[in-house]
Parts: sequence; structure tokens; C-alpha cells
Amino acid sequence: MDFTIRIQAQPFDAAAETAALTRGRLDIGAVVAFSGLCRDEGGRLAALELEHYPGMAEAEIGRLADQATSRWPLLGLTIVHRFGRIAPGEEIVLVLTASAHRQAAFEAASFLMDYLKTQAPFWKREHLKDGTVGTWVDAKEADDLAADRWR
Amino acid sequence: MKLVYFAWVRERVGRTDEQVELPDGIDTVADLVRWLKGRSEEYAYAFENEGVVRAAIDHVHVKPEARIAGAREIAFFPPMTGG
Repeated sequence: MDFTIRIQAQPFDAAAETAALTRGRLDIGAVVAFSGLCRDEGGRLAALELEHYPGMAEAEIGRLADQATSRWPLLGLTIVHRFGRIAPGEEIVLVLTASAHRQAAFEAASFLMDYLKTQAPFWKREHLKDGTVGTWVDAKEADDLAADRWR
Repeated sequence: MKLVYFAWVRERVGRTDEQVELPDGIDTVADLVRWLKGRSEEYAYAFENEGVVRAAIDHVHVKPEARIAGAREIAFFPPMTGG
């Protein structure tokens, strides 16, 4: 199965990515799309800065995609993750999973997001509205617990 | 051997990457961390909380007991916060 993995600074178009995934396909019965957006944290945040580990980010997401396609009967998969400066309201990450029936697409998308958050080498730092550079965002224990439930 | 650092580990260490020649007896990631902590206050600060900093050998996550023989690139970084 073909899958698309991209790590990029520029914004993406979720609708265009979905259209590309399903174009010409008559076997796909379900597409689940998850978009992760940058919040303004109650108006505090000017932007998030995402640092990543080039090379490992692609490799690790590729390994997660391999796990997802071996666990669920997916017919298509797209993962796009941005790095650099991202303003509130902009999208950070996109996961598209396509399958014949909805359950596989729902579960694979949820699995991929749980592992992207805890295993893909990206780190977030806050830039505040008052012009100062805030702190690095701490990893959440809840995210680790969410990933653990797939073991 | 090349070492690379990310996020607040990079900031505390004060560099993005470096080449190191390791003395004999540095066999695992945990050995390497102990050796780095002895180099300067900056490294001691970066690795002050044992178990918080994560490691990867040649782009694959590893545990502290992982052996480093043959590694081309070892990375140290905080727990991931992507997605």
C-alpha cells in the first residue's frame, strides 16, 4: 500500500490531501481525517515553534505507518507534520487513513496520533504575545497513557 | 562518533552537535551520559534528571542500557511533544 509522509515548514491543504488520497479509487469506503491545530491558549500565545530531528522524524513516522498498516487493513495513508513557526489557528499535523470500512480508519488514525505525539521527534516551544519566548512544552503523562493502550 | 542535541537539551549543552572520541569503558548510552555529565556544568545541567532525557542511536529510540558500539550518530532530546 502506498503511503505519503511529509515533514514540511509550509502549511498544507487538508481537503486537497484528501482528494489526492481518494482520486480514482473505488475501493475506499471510509476516510478519517485528523487535523491538529495550534491553540492560542486563552490569548496568551503568539505562535508555537516546532523543532524536529531531520531524518529521524521521517524514519520514525515511517515505522509508525508500517505498524498501522500491519495492524489494520488500510487502503491509503497520509501523514503531514509541520515544523517551524506556527500561528494560532494554523494546522500542525494531518493524518488521513482510508479503508473499506470505517472502524479500521478510525482506529488507525487514533493509534497514529497517539504515537506521533509520544514517539515522533518534534518539540514545541511557546512564543508569547508580549514578545517573549516562553517555555518548552512539557510532555503529558496522559499522552503516554493513551499510547500505552495500543500495546 | 557524532552526538546531536535537540530542544532544551541543545540549549543547556550549548551546541547542536559535536564529534567525540570516547575513552575505553563507555559501552552503553548510560555510560555515555555519565561521561558527558563529568565534562562540564553545562552537560551536568542538561542531564541532571536521570531518566528524563531520551536517546536515539542512528534515528532509532533506545533505552539507557543500549550498547553504542558501531553507532554513527547518537541523539539526546527531551520527551517528544509533537502532534
